[in-house]
Amino acid sequence: MTITHAFKYAFNNLRTNKTRTFLTLLGMVIGISSVIIIMALGAGAQSLILNQIADVGSNLVGIMPGGSEEEGPPASVMGITITTLKYEDIMDLTIQGNVSHLEAVTAYVRGTANVSWKNRSIDADFTGTTSSYIDVESTDVEDGRFILPEEERTTARVAVLGSQVANDLFVNENPIGETIKIKRESFKVVGVMEERGVVGFENQDTQIFIPIVAVQKLLLGINHVSMARARIDSEENVDQAVEEIKMTLREAHNIDDPKQDDFTVRSANQALEILGTVTSALNYFLAAIAAISLIVGGVGIMNIMLVAVNERIKEIGLRKAVGAKKSNILTQFLVETVVIALSGGIVGIIIGGVVSALIALVINLLGYEWALIVSPGSIFLACSVSVMVGLVFGLYPSQRASKLDPIEALHYE
Amino acid sequence: MSLIEVLDLKKQFGVEEPITKVLHGLSFKIEKGELVAIMGPSGSGKSTLMHILGFLDRPTTGQFKFNGEDVSKYDDNKLARYRNEKVGFVFQAFHLLPKTSVLENVKLPLVYSNIPEKEKIKKAEKAVKAVHLEHRMHYLSNKLSGGEKQRVAIARALVNNPDIIFADEPTGNLDSKTGAQIMGIIEALNNEGKTIIIVTHEEDTAKHAKRIINLKDGLIISDDVVKDRRYAKDGLYK
Ligand SMILES: Nc1ncnc2c1ncn2[C@@H]1O[C@H](COP(=O)(O)OP(=O)(O)O)[C@@H](O)[C@H]1O
Ligand SMILES: [Mg+2]
Repeated sequence: MTITHAFKYAFNNLRTNKTRTFLTLLGMVIGISSVIIIMALGAGAQSLILNQIADVGSNLVGIMPGGSEEEGPPASVMGITITTLKYEDIMDLTIQGNVSHLEAVTAYVRGTANVSWKNRSIDADFTGTTSSYIDVESTDVEDGRFILPEEERTTARVAVLGSQVANDLFVNENPIGETIKIKRESFKVVGVMEERGVVGFENQDTQIFIPIVAVQKLLLGINHVSMARARIDSEENVDQAVEEIKMTLREAHNIDDPKQDDFTVRSANQALEILGTVTSALNYFLAAIAAISLIVGGVGIMNIMLVAVNERIKEIGLRKAVGAKKSNILTQFLVETVVIALSGGIVGIIIGGVVSALIALVINLLGYEWALIVSPGSIFLACSVSVMVGLVFGLYPSQRASKLDPIEALHYE
Repeated sequence: MSLIEVLDLKKQFGVEEPITKVLHGLSFKIEKGELVAIMGPSGSGKSTLMHILGFLDRPTTGQFKFNGEDVSKYDDNKLARYRNEKVGFVFQAFHLLPKTSVLENVKLPLVYSNIPEKEKIKKAEKAVKAVHLEHRMHYLSNKLSGGEKQRVAIARALVNNPDIIFADEPTGNLDSKTGAQIMGIIEALNNEGKTIIIVTHEEDTAKHAKRIINLKDGLIISDDVVKDRRYAKDGLYK
């Protein structure tokens, strides 16, 4: 028998039973669109993370207060305030011989406040940091200057504005030399940063940079830092640097047992791995949804094919009477199931693609670089999965059809 | 060499109790070009015999030679190929594919043979013309009258140019006038040389044949040439 006949006949049957076909396809559509969305989300999230990491740099090491499990995120990331990391600890790292291959290290404390200049005011994030911030983050000022080394240890009342803050607060006027007020404290604007956009999942242009000690004492009333970051000269020295940073901090904190660490040191790659485990957990969840809906879809298809076989017993008898072999009948019903499954798959690919595009659109509107990736690979996978579902769930009904006795089938009432 | 040669053919259904013995040892020959009626009351075993002669079933014992070849032990696939190439069936209930065109219906047996699509269409068109339905070529089968449906079925039986055509109660679902038309087509085909076996319980229908094999309770009680043969053109049908 020609496969074309089987295809033509299958399409004919689907067209004449539109409602039934639609209901049968639903399970497949949900299953396959989930497959497409999963793969697009996976690829999109990866592109996002890789972009962020590439922006931050893979030879960066993060230092956070509080210990952590080997694979888990440090407690400080979960929004718990931990005070074990100090500005002096960070300065210790810069002492010659403590951390080899260290290029620069900086510390951060953060807050949000109302910032005003003359009669204008906005809400802005302020970051207390050190002069080496621009070296660690490989950025620079657009205008003026950054925090000076001699200012970071004192309560110097100077501020460097992120480009958007400068724009929002000063519009067309030159902010340099002007005095702004943050929480009733006055700071003199000495510089404006270049535009950076979102880096490390944070918009850098809405920040105000102030010497770290000034923020601790004048604005927050604390004496710890929320995190620190070190730049290592090259990626292959990162692991060694991580160990040396740990050793230095342990010595400073009088810790003998690494299990008692009150800090966490992670390279960008380690952070990426942890992020990867989080996204893959999400992927497993979506994959489970896809698998369940594909099974439900498959069972639906099998059910409808059993009905179709029953309805067409006479037709099967006739086909056998005019010379169809068992294998011809088997092929015919398998082709029909595959056509149903694949049609559902194609609709699912289209819906999955549209949903993925909407997700990408929303995330891009939020300011993140999220690539819409519906790859040929994922379309191929979706099609193969559809065909597989059709074959697996079509086998039983098709075999039942092919085994019918031609005489009984012909005279079936 | 006879087209069909049957020797002490027996058929029973079931291998253990209850066993139904249906044919009790039939012997006869059918030559090329014959028009034979297998006649007998309901339950006498006519359909069972036709199924065996048409390769839809196998005899339990005995010999069945087709074109000199013993086909009684052929496997399912070989029988399917024989059904496809050697025989055509016309059934009482027409058995057309619904919502499918006349041409596609007639083409159906060719779907299972290995010839180019163009040739399939050509052969199907020729068969449709042979039953004078060219004006209905692309009609859907469910839109046809009973007589037209049976003509489509005859065209389908003709399409692969078989050695023999079996017609099982071909007029059973038709009124007498339409039935006569169908018998007329069967006569004409036989005049052109086609071997045809009609299965019927009606003597009136059987008398259109040149020879009647009379079955009763699975045995041949007579096998004679028809002396007072009827013709469709006489309009005496029923
Ligand atoms: N598959 C079968 N199993 C058991 N008995 C059967 C089967 N097919 C036919 N028979 C029996 O064989 C007898 C002859 O049937 P059939 O050949 O259809 O007669 P006819 O066509 O002359 O009416 C009937 O008694 C019928 O019940
Ligand atoms: Mg019968």
